[in-house]
Amino acid sequence: MQAEQISIFIENKAGRISDVTGILSANGVNIRALAVADTSDFGVLRLIVDNNAKAEESLKNAGFTVRKTKVVAVKVEDRPGGLHNILEILKQARINVEYMYAFIQQSGDKAIMIFRFDQTEEAIKILTEKGITVVDGSTLCTL
Amino acid sequence: MIFDIEYETMPREALEAIQLKRLQATLSRVYATVPFYRKKLDDAGILPGDVKTLKDLHKIPFTTKQDLRDNYPFGMFAAPMANVVRIHASSGTTGQPTVVGYTARDIDTWAGLMARSLSAAGASRGDIIHNAYGYGLFTGGLGVHYGAEKLGASVIPVSGGNTKRQVIIMKDFKPTILTATPSYTLHLAEAAEEMGVSFKDLHFKAGIFGAEPWSEDMRLEIERKLDLNAIDIYGLSEVMGPGVSVECAEAKKGLHIFEDHFIPEIINPDTGEALPYGETGELVFTTITKEAFPIIRYRTRDITTLNPEPCICGRTHVRMKKVSGRTDDMLIIRGVNVFPSQIESVLMQVQEVEPHYQLIVDRKDNLDTLTVRVEIGEKLFSDEVKKLQELEQRISKDIKETLGVSAKVQLAEPKTIARSEGKAARVIDNRKK
Ligand SMILES: [Zn+2]
Repeated sequence: MQAEQISIFIENKAGRISDVTGILSANGVNIRALAVADTSDFGVLRLIVDNNAKAEESLKNAGFTVRKTKVVAVKVEDRPGGLHNILEILKQARINVEYMYAFIQQSGDKAIMIFRFDQTEEAIKILTEKGITVVDGSTLCTL
Repeated sequence: MIFDIEYETMPREALEAIQLKRLQATLSRVYATVPFYRKKLDDAGILPGDVKTLKDLHKIPFTTKQDLRDNYPFGMFAAPMANVVRIHASSGTTGQPTVVGYTARDIDTWAGLMARSLSAAGASRGDIIHNAYGYGLFTGGLGVHYGAEKLGASVIPVSGGNTKRQVIIMKDFKPTILTATPSYTLHLAEAAEEMGVSFKDLHFKAGIFGAEPWSEDMRLEIERKLDLNAIDIYGLSEVMGPGVSVECAEAKKGLHIFEDHFIPEIINPDTGEALPYGETGELVFTTITKEAFPIIRYRTRDITTLNPEPCICGRTHVRMKKVSGRTDDMLIIRGVNVFPSQIESVLMQVQEVEPHYQLIVDRKDNLDTLTVRVEIGEKLFSDEVKKLQELEQRISKDIKETLGVSAKVQLAEPKTIARSEGKAARVIDNRKK
């Protein structure tokens, strides 16, 4: 039920993100979600793409430091309290959210959020038990 | 094993008496035979007879690499060419090469010092020495060669290069001692591995490595990969060649300088002031037995410390620390001496940081700032910004603790730092602009 994310180290220089998107586009890789976490000197670019192997290979060949990370894609009801409900469940279970960001595509009337947890398997189990839909990696790419 | 018990374990008082006598004789001779030294002493208002104690040596002007270049090729020789039996030269990467000469007695002295060195590393008659130092104008190959013969060991004059053949020789001839530069040694190890030859199956017990600076981390790597005792040897052609100082296998803590032939000093590289034992500075040598090419207070530009404490091996000669850098590379940051090599060893300690780094020195509001850019490899890359920041802080803290200087650490993308070996790529000093 996990999904895989590609993380890339980038220096905070103008045009670095577009260098990455350019390489992916040239290799026919479609970006489904993108988030940047940065400091004044560097950032980590996080991507959900439709072809992880291809993305990783082409970026490594271009000299980027790339790493695959396990994340969880969760359906969130598009109404007030939708996200809060999920975060409450996780809080009760003492699972930490390292970071999260929104997926571009909606799934019907639901939004999709990408989460990175400190305990991935545990988080999936609890959320599923509480009736929250977790979308697995392969489904994610076909949305 | 101590090759020359009498001289290598001589009580310091007797040793110093011999040093003074030999120093006075050397000064008289260079004053009489080398116009360069006569002029230097005359200009300084000193006569060789004014040197009445070893301390008086401090009054005599230094000799620099530039002086040797100015007197290219034979201007510094103190013996007639009829008595010179060997000439070596160091390659000049910038400017003229420096040329040195040896009389028959010099060659014999040198062989004796190399025999002492090989012996200190654990070699003796019956050992087979695989000598992979280059033979030629460079002093390494022939220096070790004559010492090995003097010791009575069997020497394989394999020289540098043709690495595959070297591996086959190591397998078939079963040498027990390896002499090479540390970088070529690692290259040999790689080649052997590719050929499916394990050093564990070879017969080496010790290796004597020198001619370039190498770190303690490199020693561990060599000892692990080659399964032998790695000993550091030091020398430079201007002073003699290999065999000016060597580590003893017993302590492996500092290199004994053969003080019955050379007088070492440590000076402040900026002021030229002589520093006491234990302080770090530039190493200066005076030769006191050489005939063809004596040298007075030669500035080696190597940075080290002298340790006069008695050694467990029984030798009484002072020990110099492994050379930590060159004065040419030294940066002064807020009054603290910093060598790129020190930063490099800190980075090597932080596991798996690739030691591709760059130092950027700047001055902001009259304060020096040091930025260390470090390329981040896959193993250390975390996709959590917090962890990457912790990594930066950890490196910064290690630098502060080891060097006593604050540095801002900046992680950099792979291959964004130039790969050249020179100082220019490693260090950017914006203060000079
Ligand atoms: Zn010793």
